Amino acid sequence: MKQSLRFRILFPIIVLLIIIPMLFPFLWMLMSAFKTQVDIISWPPKFIFSPTMVNFYKVFNEQNFLLYLKNSMIVGVGAVSFSLLLGLPAAYSIARFHQKKLSVMILVARLMPGISFLMPWYIVFSRLGLMDSYTALILSHILIALPVVVWIMSSYFETVPREMEESAMVDGATMQHAFVSIIIPLSVPGIVTSVTLSFIFSWNNFMFSQVLSMEKTRTLPIAVYNFMSYAEVDWGGVMAAAVAIMTPAIILTMIFQKYVVKGLTMGAVKG
Amino acid sequence: MIKSSFFERNLKYLFPLPALIFVIALMVFPVLYTLFISFSDWTLTSGRPLVFAGLSSYMKILSEPRFLDAVGRTFYFTIGAVLAEAVLGLTIAVILNREFRGKNPLKFILLLPLVATPVAVGIVFNLFYDPTIGFLNYVLSLFGLPQSGWVTDSTSVLPSLMLVDIWQWTPMIALIVLAGLAGLSSEPYESAKVDGATPVQIFFRITLPMITPTILTAIILRAVDALKTYDIIYAMTGGGPGYSSETLNILAYKYSFEYFNLGQASSILVFLFFLVLLFSLGVMKLRKRFEM
Repeated sequence: MKQSLRFRILFPIIVLLIIIPMLFPFLWMLMSAFKTQVDIISWPPKFIFSPTMVNFYKVFNEQNFLLYLKNSMIVGVGAVSFSLLLGLPAAYSIARFHQKKLSVMILVARLMPGISFLMPWYIVFSRLGLMDSYTALILSHILIALPVVVWIMSSYFETVPREMEESAMVDGATMQHAFVSIIIPLSVPGIVTSVTLSFIFSWNNFMFSQVLSMEKTRTLPIAVYNFMSYAEVDWGGVMAAAVAIMTPAIILTMIFQKYVVKGLTMGAVKG
Repeated sequence: MIKSSFFERNLKYLFPLPALIFVIALMVFPVLYTLFISFSDWTLTSGRPLVFAGLSSYMKILSEPRFLDAVGRTFYFTIGAVLAEAVLGLTIAVILNREFRGKNPLKFILLLPLVATPVAVGIVFNLFYDPTIGFLNYVLSLFGLPQSGWVTDSTSVLPSLMLVDIWQWTPMIALIVLAGLAGLSSEPYESAKVDGATPVQIFFRITLPMITPTILTAIILRAVDALKTYDIIYAMTGGGPGYSSETLNILAYKYSFEYFNLGQASSILVFLFFLVLLFSLGVMKLRKRFEM
């Protein structure tokens, strides 16, 4: 298609009109994280200022931020690992044996409001003395990660040609052996997609940790929120904390961009 | 035939079994437990044991103005935000559905709001919305417009929260529709061009009908999430000022973990549960009708 001159001038402007509102909150957050409190509360808002590291220093030294970072990592990695362990065979079985009911059940798990399980968990976990434990947090976060893994992997396994495992089975391998040694290695792109997405969802989750964790296992989103609830808001500190919590997810997205797009859009496009 | 072992013959049941047990233990059982508690009168802080109370929790909730207001707000928030996201997302997707330099970096920018931690997003917008130091009131003052209270004013709090949801989730609809557009066959377009159809005709007669199932699915997924919006509202307003931004999810949280009124909390949860379930089923049916 031939592009008119008017189009060639207008198109970049329209694209900028899309990009600027998307990016501006991130830019403002980043700028505020490097501002002193005086610069932040000055009116009119300052675009030019001398940057300071004091907010990051405060976040990482005065607050227990590294502990919360470690907690978020443990919970995210734990939940994603167990979800793969439980979810990969289930997804494979859904794809190979067309278990429609199972996949609907997993979809329902994805759609249901988390709070409708949270209250019973709270009662059970506190009776079992599991409040503020990694066990309770990881268990709850598996319910975030597992549907993502099964959802993505069951449609991925459908694209793996059946002949692959059949030829292995002709050679005498069992089906479970073919699954582990042939299907799984062939499915690395799908696994990368589901691991990235489910880790990000676990990383960002606020509600489960808010109820099930206390000081010892507190995860980052709660720590960032707690920054806010002090009497006088230390905006610089909060913004530095916000930058710190978003950075890992953004880096993951940058590395695995193609996979993240695919994972987020596949369900809707394919049905 | 090679004799197969028990494990192999029953692979179809054994493979999904661990996941199934997990989902039953951590999802099905808790939902049933919530259903059970909803027929009782049980306040954790009172120290009294659970008493069976029939439908009284439901009666109390249904006559509670806070609950009825929360239902209305939940619908208002969901419908308003998702409609705006669908229109904006579709527009963005149609604009970007062509080859140009920098398309991949642009897609990365579209992904950023989707992976950003909602609590942190809410806090960043709180700084934007701050009535005295916020950037948005500064912009209003540049144009000589009256200042707004944004999330601190009960009349503007819900639209302000919806704006955050729209900012965060419009790219999701845009990316889904873009992926859908990329998968369309080019045949109808070619014959339309031969027939001399205008771009507007092509969009409404060919593109839109073909992309409708994708848009509808994107809307279901989004609407179900919007019905459950929690992080942003809790972080930005906690349901306030007063009760003016309390949606069902926030109300259920407060009844459960602030008042520990588990009987009534459960009846709110059961209501929310069925709302989400009905909604998902309804729109899934709707989508089937559009599929040929």
